[in-house]
Amino acid sequence: MAGSPVTGFSPAAPLLDVKNLQVHFAVYGGRLRVLDGVNFSMRSGERVGLVGETGCGKTTMMKAILRVLPTPPAKIPAGEILFKGRDILKMRDHELRAVRGRGISMIFQDPTAALNPVFSIGEQVEAVIRYSTSPGKASSREETHQRAITALQEVALADPERLLRSYPIQLSGGMRQRVCIGMALSTRPEILIADEPGTSLDVTIQDQVLRLLRKLVEEKDTSVILITHTLGIVRETTDRVYVMYAGNIVESAPTARLFSQPLHPYTQGLISTVPRLTGGGIVSGIPGRIPDYLNPPSGCRFHPRCSQMMEICRTTKPPAFKMGDGHEVACFLYKDEAK
Amino acid sequence: MTTEILTATALKKYFVVGRTGWRDRQAVTVKAVDGISFTMYEGETLGLVGESGSGKSTVAYTTIGMYRPTSGSLKFRGQELFQNGGQRPMSLRKAIQIVFQDPGSSLNPRRNIKQILELPLQIHQPGKNRLEQIVHLLEVVDLPPEYMYKYPHMLSGGEKQIVAIARALATNPSLIILDEPTSALDVSVQAKTINLLLRLQKEFNLSYLFITHDLSLMRNVASRVAIMYLGKICEVAETAGFFQNPLHPYTQMLLSSIPVVSVEEEALKPKKVLSTGEIPSPVNIPSGCSFRTRCPFAMDLCSKIDPVMVDTGKGHSVRCHLVSQPAAA
Amino acid sequence: MAEQVNLSRGFAATITPQQIAQLERASRRENLGRSWYKFSRNILSVVGALTVLALVLLAVFAPYVTPYPKHAGAFVNFAHAKEPPSSQYIFGTDQIGRDIFTRIIFGLRSSLLMGVMVLVLVVPVGVLLGLVAGYFQGTWIDALIMRTTDIFLAVPPLILALAVASVLEPNLWNGMLAVSLMWWPWYTRLVYGLASATRNEFFVSAAEVTGASTAHILFREILPNTISPIFTKMSLDVAWVIIIGSMLSFVGLGVQPPEPSLGTMVADGARYLPDQWWIAVFPALAIVVVVLGFNLLGDGVRDMFAAEGV
Repeated sequence: MAGSPVTGFSPAAPLLDVKNLQVHFAVYGGRLRVLDGVNFSMRSGERVGLVGETGCGKTTMMKAILRVLPTPPAKIPAGEILFKGRDILKMRDHELRAVRGRGISMIFQDPTAALNPVFSIGEQVEAVIRYSTSPGKASSREETHQRAITALQEVALADPERLLRSYPIQLSGGMRQRVCIGMALSTRPEILIADEPGTSLDVTIQDQVLRLLRKLVEEKDTSVILITHTLGIVRETTDRVYVMYAGNIVESAPTARLFSQPLHPYTQGLISTVPRLTGGGIVSGIPGRIPDYLNPPSGCRFHPRCSQMMEICRTTKPPAFKMGDGHEVACFLYKDEAK
Repeated sequence: MTTEILTATALKKYFVVGRTGWRDRQAVTVKAVDGISFTMYEGETLGLVGESGSGKSTVAYTTIGMYRPTSGSLKFRGQELFQNGGQRPMSLRKAIQIVFQDPGSSLNPRRNIKQILELPLQIHQPGKNRLEQIVHLLEVVDLPPEYMYKYPHMLSGGEKQIVAIARALATNPSLIILDEPTSALDVSVQAKTINLLLRLQKEFNLSYLFITHDLSLMRNVASRVAIMYLGKICEVAETAGFFQNPLHPYTQMLLSSIPVVSVEEEALKPKKVLSTGEIPSPVNIPSGCSFRTRCPFAMDLCSKIDPVMVDTGKGHSVRCHLVSQPAAA
Repeated sequence: MAEQVNLSRGFAATITPQQIAQLERASRRENLGRSWYKFSRNILSVVGALTVLALVLLAVFAPYVTPYPKHAGAFVNFAHAKEPPSSQYIFGTDQIGRDIFTRIIFGLRSSLLMGVMVLVLVVPVGVLLGLVAGYFQGTWIDALIMRTTDIFLAVPPLILALAVASVLEPNLWNGMLAVSLMWWPWYTRLVYGLASATRNEFFVSAAEVTGASTAHILFREILPNTISPIFTKMSLDVAWVIIIGSMLSFVGLGVQPPEPSLGTMVADGARYLPDQWWIAVFPALAIVVVVLGFNLLGDGVRDMFAAEGV
């Protein structure tokens, strides 16, 4: 186990705790209120899914967590992102480097863009391993090379020696994504953020990559945040799911429970629109479109598209009601049932 | 009901991608489409399913006339689409239209929606009140008339695709090729777009050649499904029967790879065939049956002889030695 | 008369042509606003635009805004030769007593005229050839146009201009012709690259398979997508043409005395450096201001046409 980048952290507390995070962007005509007070937390070893459609703010949130949002135009007027009890937003550069190096790793949707075409696979994997080694514990060249080989073996890539000498263009999309996973896990991160892993791959290849990813995080007991808009992938990969709509978390629940009894009208609509292998046509789902972040709807941001809209939804933003068994929903329909 | 609208017979499209050797220059060819035959009937939706390199888009682009086939025949209502090297007649351009996959690239970013919809009307419906037609077209696809003066960047991905559908409708076609029209869209937007397409199909009696990699979508949209792998069709069937009894090992692998959202669907996924291996490069297609390198049931025979299409009844055909042992073997 | 467009179904039951015209106006206003926002986000672009505007106005109204318009021609006043800047001659006078400020403004006139005229000659030809070659990429048309372009590009540009200018009678117009001959291939190359990329976009395929004419595809589908780099290059090129024009006059092949030209003024004044510095320095500064103004304007134009989004 690599040394914790942040010390003095009690294991009972959440590993990552995002509280009331707001992110705005300055643009022509005003300010986009993209994240509108997001709460999100995960424990060590948990596999958490973050689902939502294009433009709901999932990527903005991950960028905020890694603190890679360009400011300006982005602005964080409120909120905290506690990683092991320390606020990432207030960290100094060296602490942040430690978090990015050994605390949180990321794999991206497009493995082609994630690898630099002019460096060999070996140079890139070894660079990641070197950066993640704590200062003062510099490892030898041989040791780094060995760790790179192990990293590729772990992701079931044959002939790692030869692979380390090859360049990204010589690899297929699936192999590139495996390299990215190997790279991300080679630093033994505590949290792995996977942003749409495999979405750019063919279905049969995506299936292989996801099975591999599931196996590896299981073995290494890595905590995972899986960001995706494909509900099926979330269902097959995660323990708990957060559903995001227009910059708000609208529902969170254990995965099986979310799929068997979704509560929020948005979640219900979303799940119903997924085409089923069992047939039966496609439900038209949710009317309207994602709101404009320049002038988001008042109250609950979903109310203009909601079939069960009440008067209160127009005026008041619903808090997260606790429904028991770790199920929370931000919708006034459940105000009275909340525990 | 069962009039043929599109018939492909031994259709081939090869691309020369380079040359090797410095004395006897050997052409390196990609056999993007390698002898496929299929029939489409009036008013139906034929789903053409495949992964990258399967040649499904090449079929689309050949049908619409962007490519000329290397050999074989492609007939629209009995009329050969590629005759004596000439330009495709306007009547065929009007009758066959296409909606492309990438909503970002299919609309010109420097032209507004009115200008985009104006072009097909200008060419194929001259003389009428064009403004009226554009308003009507927008209405048919449920877009408000204010969209006329919007530019593509002001539209969401789904709306762009709807404009592309309106553009295809503008010529009043009979056959629309849908090249992964929703693969870049979110599910809820996809649902809306698909339902619009289904409504339009009924309203205007359209036939769809629906190209996709998404089997779950096909289950709900297509009347028949054809599965392609490396330039060849490996299985064709009526949708309902097909999902209950997929015969080709590749189809089974494809089905088992789909992430699903319910227990009932889980039950439909073949458990025996887990996805393995990489899709071979279309430059270097394996001998015999091209799927044998990934097939869990591969036999000696498979590397030697490419199986032929066998009709197993009820319009369900499959191209696999497991189903048919040729007499020669 | 309100001709009503009747709609067969549901929502927005009718929309009148007046309403449509109104929509069109509103969208035009919004596009202007958006363009201006993107242009003016960088204050330097605005400075560049104002500089260029001021220079153009000065050049156009030169006879009215200069104190000694006569000094722009064959004028001699040895009594006031080589006078340093003063309230009477704000930039001083040259070796034969002419007001330098006046001559700079008139020099600006021929410089700007040259810049604009060269682009008027060059851009349509270069762009058209580039469009055609790019759209017919890989055919003999492409080969013919692009190899011709290469031949022109292979000749060192200044040598070509010097050759033309020395064979023909050296004056402003032949100078322009010379510069134009060396300039069009750059536009062909620029547009060729853009057009050959754009022709692979699906919207071009969609127009082709529907049966649009080649002219429609070239000018309505592809050209608008190359306009932004063309405009950007044009505004930067005005500055370059002015520099090349000044160079030609500097070596005596452009505007002929006594017509003022910034290049000639710098050349003549250079002999009086450093004691009578103002004779060379003010015309040189004028060149700097012109070039800088057009460059900043070019940056703004680029931003204005930049990809849509935020």
